[in-house]
Amino acid sequence: MSARPDFGIFRQLVGSPRGAFAMIVLGIVAIAALVSLFWLPGDPNHSNVYDAWAPPSAAHWLGTDYSGRDIASRLIAGTRVTVLVVLGAAIVSGFIGLVLAVISGLGPRTLREPLVILIDVLIAFPTLLLAMMLAAVFGSGIPIVIVSVGIGYGVQIARVVRSELRQINAEDFILAARAAGLSRWTILRMHLLPNAAPVFTVQLSLSMGLAILAEAGLSYLGFGAPPSVPSWGLMLKDMQAYIAVHPTVVLWPGLTITLTVLAFYLLGDALRESMDPRLRFGRGSTRKQEAEHG
Amino acid sequence: MGERTDHATPPSDSTLAPPLEVSGLTVAIGGTELLHDISFSLEPGERLGFIGGSGSGKTLTALAVAGLLPEEAEIRGSIRLGDVELVGKPDAELASLRGDRIGMVFQEPKTALNPLHRLGRQMTEALALHYSLSRSERREAALRLAARVGLKEPDRIVRAYPHEVSGGQRQRAAIAAAIATRPGLLLADEPTTALDVTVQRGVLQLFRDLTEGDDTSLVFITHDLAVMAEVAERVLVFDAGSVVEDAAVAQILESPQHPITRALINAAGGDL
Repeated sequence: MSARPDFGIFRQLVGSPRGAFAMIVLGIVAIAALVSLFWLPGDPNHSNVYDAWAPPSAAHWLGTDYSGRDIASRLIAGTRVTVLVVLGAAIVSGFIGLVLAVISGLGPRTLREPLVILIDVLIAFPTLLLAMMLAAVFGSGIPIVIVSVGIGYGVQIARVVRSELRQINAEDFILAARAAGLSRWTILRMHLLPNAAPVFTVQLSLSMGLAILAEAGLSYLGFGAPPSVPSWGLMLKDMQAYIAVHPTVVLWPGLTITLTVLAFYLLGDALRESMDPRLRFGRGSTRKQEAEHG
Repeated sequence: MGERTDHATPPSDSTLAPPLEVSGLTVAIGGTELLHDISFSLEPGERLGFIGGSGSGKTLTALAVAGLLPEEAEIRGSIRLGDVELVGKPDAELASLRGDRIGMVFQEPKTALNPLHRLGRQMTEALALHYSLSRSERREAALRLAARVGLKEPDRIVRAYPHEVSGGQRQRAAIAAAIATRPGLLLADEPTTALDVTVQRGVLQLFRDLTEGDDTSLVFITHDLAVMAEVAERVLVFDAGSVVEDAAVAQILESPQHPITRALINAAGGDL
């Protein structure tokens, strides 16, 4: 086939309002993280108690916090931690999720059932507890957040993707692919994984959004970023005591976290639709509808 | 141009389909014996029908011949295709026969095609695997196959996704995929059951055309005697995992011996 290269997926992605919103928000976060490496409006850790609770001004775009630190600089510098945690958690959870899903869903029978039990046990194990245990051994820090969130959401991804793989594996086109003489590996690569990709992508983008929340939560509890590293979760922690007095100051990290998490969720949704040719052109039916009729 | 077409064509010099000889085939899954001592043979170019109710073992027999039984199945007896014994062969060796010397068509055209791939790619999947083809050869082969299975507008069809064409066109595409390598043995598992009657007629005619000569044998599975009468020359009647009758189609229709065969004929009623 003179396969037209599939730019369609990207065009479809930015073409939908959700996809466009997600790409803009995440684009801003990514650019802010890059820019923060070279330039910040002010020193994020410079405190000046005489300047505490300053309102927004040319010197302090979003004002200052209780110790006079520049909120805008701290937010922009905090994107580094966010990007690091999101990418790290995505890589760890995606890898764990995919490997566990494939082995527990399609592997040899003797391996499948113990793995399913292991996944269930790990899902029942709270991410927070895992982070606390790791922090007790290795000391708290960003890597602890990445590893605990990666494992915590990796097993969730594994469970969802596993059942999707098993469902696809039972379809006739997999039998047809075997009947055509394709090896198991080729079938996995060409038929099973691409068909499970929409579910995997949605789960992965969910886990990226949740990773931001988990970073905020773990930093809030003192297991995440050290106080010297600006992070959105730490900012929320620092400011929450003053929410009744200076509500707008708490608003900034809260709003940033909410928008970014929302962007990841919407990205997952938009990706799923742009990856499935049955949904891409707004006609045809989804597999669920077909199952109901067929 | 012409040379490329030659490349895109698998060897067709083996004019005679290899005979299939099944003897004493017994299959058990999870300790339950599902097929009991099945024996039959298939002459080169013969069209053999499997008939029987749900769960009678006809599909399982075909899957056993194609080497597609589930991992946990225990299989005994012998399945010989030409001079090759298939029972006990490792899956990797069976895989090299599947899609090349054995082609298979499934019941439900909706699920028998990968929703993410264009039809042209799917029609030539086995061909590209067993006879490494270039992109352009693959495209030519897809167009040629589309024309061979009677798909109108082959240019559009080979670029279409499964959800963009009708059920009959999907089934024709699936048949094209199964015959792409000119397998000596074509297994069709209720290929017309999911199609409406007018489309069904065309697909049955296609099966007759494709297996006209002696180079392709056909095993055609159905629970519909009227369909069977149109395609098969000889019929095996299955019941509860055993073959209860094996006779020419005319004989089955005129003087059925076994009560199950008579019941199937009565059930078909005026359709014959």
